[in-house]
Amino acid sequence: MSKRIEVHHVTRVEGHGNIVVEVENGELKTCRFEVVETPRFFEAMLLGRPYHEASHITSRICGICATGHATASLRASEKALGVELSEQSWLLRKLTFHGEILDSHVLHVYMLVAPDFLGVGSVIPLVNSHPDVVLRALRMKKLAGDLCAMVTGRHTHPIAMTVGGFTHFPKMSELEAMRQRLIDSRKDVEATVELFSKLPWPEFERDTEYVSLSKPDEYAFIDGDILTSDGVRVPPERYKEVTNEFMVSHSTAKFTRNKRESLMVGALARFNNNYDLLHPKAKEAAAVLGMKPKVTNTFLNSAAQVVEIVHSTEDSIRIIEELLNRGVQPEEPAPIKHIPGEGVGVAEVPRGLLIHHYAIGEDGRITAANCIIPTNQNINNLEHDMRAWVPKVMHKPEPQMQLDLEMLVRAYDPCISCSVHVLKVQR
Amino acid sequence: MSANGKPKIAFFDFTSCEGCQLTVVDSLQDHPELLSAVEIVQFREAMSEKGEDYQIAFVEGSCTRQSDEARLKAIRQQASIVIALGTCAHLAGVNALKALHPLEEVRKYVYGDKWEWYETYDARPIEAVIPVDFAIPGCPIDRNEFIAVVKALLLGKKPPIPDYPVCVECRLKENVCMYTKGKVCLGPVTRAGCGAICPTYGSSCEACRGFITNPNQDSMKDVLAEAGLSVEDITAIYTMFTTYQVREKLLQKG
Repeated sequence: MSKRIEVHHVTRVEGHGNIVVEVENGELKTCRFEVVETPRFFEAMLLGRPYHEASHITSRICGICATGHATASLRASEKALGVELSEQSWLLRKLTFHGEILDSHVLHVYMLVAPDFLGVGSVIPLVNSHPDVVLRALRMKKLAGDLCAMVTGRHTHPIAMTVGGFTHFPKMSELEAMRQRLIDSRKDVEATVELFSKLPWPEFERDTEYVSLSKPDEYAFIDGDILTSDGVRVPPERYKEVTNEFMVSHSTAKFTRNKRESLMVGALARFNNNYDLLHPKAKEAAAVLGMKPKVTNTFLNSAAQVVEIVHSTEDSIRIIEELLNRGVQPEEPAPIKHIPGEGVGVAEVPRGLLIHHYAIGEDGRITAANCIIPTNQNINNLEHDMRAWVPKVMHKPEPQMQLDLEMLVRAYDPCISCSVHVLKVQR
Repeated sequence: MSANGKPKIAFFDFTSCEGCQLTVVDSLQDHPELLSAVEIVQFREAMSEKGEDYQIAFVEGSCTRQSDEARLKAIRQQASIVIALGTCAHLAGVNALKALHPLEEVRKYVYGDKWEWYETYDARPIEAVIPVDFAIPGCPIDRNEFIAVVKALLLGKKPPIPDYPVCVECRLKENVCMYTKGKVCLGPVTRAGCGAICPTYGSSCEACRGFITNPNQDSMKDVLAEAGLSVEDITAIYTMFTTYQVREKLLQKG
C-alpha cells in the first residue's frame, strides 16, 4: 500500500500551511506540516520604534488574536517600565480579552471545524441545511465583536488600549446593555455545548506536555507563571527554559520542546492545567462534553474551546457587574516609574501561550524584541500527532485520509500568519 | 459571470494578518443579502471549495518576495477587476517598516545564522507588481466602506473612497481635537472614510489609510515641530503605515 497525500494549502485555517504525508508499502515515510507563509520580521520592525507604538504595530501580527498580541505587548512594556495598572484597567483588559476568546473560539468551532462533521466544505452550504446553527454562530460572533468594540473601539485592531491603561471608557448604559445581551446569549451558549457534545470526535489519544499560564486565584488569561503538566513552573521572565527553540534540518519551523519530544499549548492545555479555576457552569459544560482532565485527545482542543466559551461568557458577565457596581471613571494611563527597562509580557491568547519580550532604551525606543507565538510552539506537537494518527487512518480511501489529516491540523486552530516570524520557507 | 448571472468573486492573501478578510466575514454578518448577489468561488480562510473562474479579485497583503509575483500576475490575468484590500495591499502598510533597516540586518536579527533560508525583499504594495483597479484603504478596512464598494461595483459605479482628510469626519463626530489635548495626530493629511475611529476612541490617527492626494505635508511637519517633536519622533509617526509612500516621495524628489 503506497499513498502520497499533499494538501496545498490547508483550508479553513489562518495562513498558508501544507500537509505532506507519504506511505510506502504500509510504512510511514514522510510526515510534515510545511509552513509556506511569507516571513514577516515583526521583531526587527519594532527596533527603534517608540514603546507606545508597539501594541499598535504588533496587533498587526494577527487579525484573529489582535487583542491578545496588543495585550502581551502592553504587559511587556508595562513590566519593563514599572507601570502598575489600576483595578479598573485590569477589569477592562480582562473584559476585552474575553471578547477576543469568544470571537476566535466561535469562529473556529462553528465556521472552521463544524463543516467537517457536517460533510461540507464551508459554513456557506449550512446556511440552507442548518440555518439555526449558522444564525446562532453569527449572533454569538457579533456579540463577541461588539464586546471588544465597546471597550477598545474594534476587535481587529484594538484602538483604546495603551501603556498604563485606556484612552476611552465604556458608558454605564453600554455596559448595562452588554450585560443583558450576554445574559440573553446563555441559551446560545447552552445550545453550543449541546451541539458539540453530540459530534463524533475522532478517537485518538497521545499524551504530551501541556503548557499554559497559571494564577492562584483565576483561570489565567493575562499574566501568571508558566506551568506545565509535567510539573515545571517558572515565572514569565524565565520563559526560555520552557519554550527553548531548536532547529531541525528536515523542517520548515523552529520547534519547541521541554521535558518531552514536544509540547502543546492552547485551550486543551489550559483546560488540563487550570480546570479547577473554571467557572462552575464551564465545569458543567465539560461534563456534558464528557471531559475531565487530563484529556489527551487532541481533537478535543475544539471541545475545550467550547468549555472556554462558557467560562468567558460567565466571567464577562461577572466583570461587567463589578464595573457597574463600582462605576467607570475616565482616568489617565498609569505613569511609568523608570526608563530604560526590560520586560516580559505573557497572555493566553485563543491558541495558547503568547510571549512578548522587549528591552526599552532611555529614549523610550525599543532596543530588542522577541515574540514567541502559540502556533509555533504547537507545530512540533502537531507533527508528532500526525505520526501517531497516520497509521490509524492510512487504510482509508485517500480523500477520507486527507480529510482526517486536515481535521487534525484544524483541531490546533493554527494561526500561521502569527507564527512565520520563526519559520523557514521550504519550497 | 456564472450561469446564474452573479459575478464570481475570489479572495487572496499575501503578506498580512488576514484581518481584512476577517472584517469581510464580519461585514457579511450584517449584510447577508450580498451573499445572494455574488458567488464567492475562492476564500481559503473560510472555505474548502476552490474555483479559478472569477471576475473580481480582492487581494489582501503586501508582496514581500519575488516568488509571490507570479501568483499575483496570474490573478491579474484572470480577473477583470483587481481590488487591493486594506493597507498592506494598498500601501505596503506595517510590512514596509522593515525597509527602515538594512535588509540583511533585519533578516539576521530574526533568523540568526539561518537568515538566508527565508526569501524576502522590501515589502511593496501590489500595485508595484500588477495594475490595480481600486483600493479599499485601512488597517483594517472599514466594514461599511467595504459594503459600499461592493455595492458600487455591482452597479458598475466607481467605488466611493473619499479624498479629504480624517479631520472632516472627526469634526462631524464632535471629537475634541487631539492637538487641543496636547497630542499629535496625522488626521490632517490622512484619507478619511474610517469615521475617524481612532480619535473617537482617544488615540491619534496613525495614517493607516495613507495620505490624501494633496496633503500639506510641509505645514503638517511645522505643526508637529511646534508640538515639540524631534525629527526622529516625526519620522516615527509618519512611517508606521506609510513608510513605502514616504520613501517613494523622497525618491521622486531626490
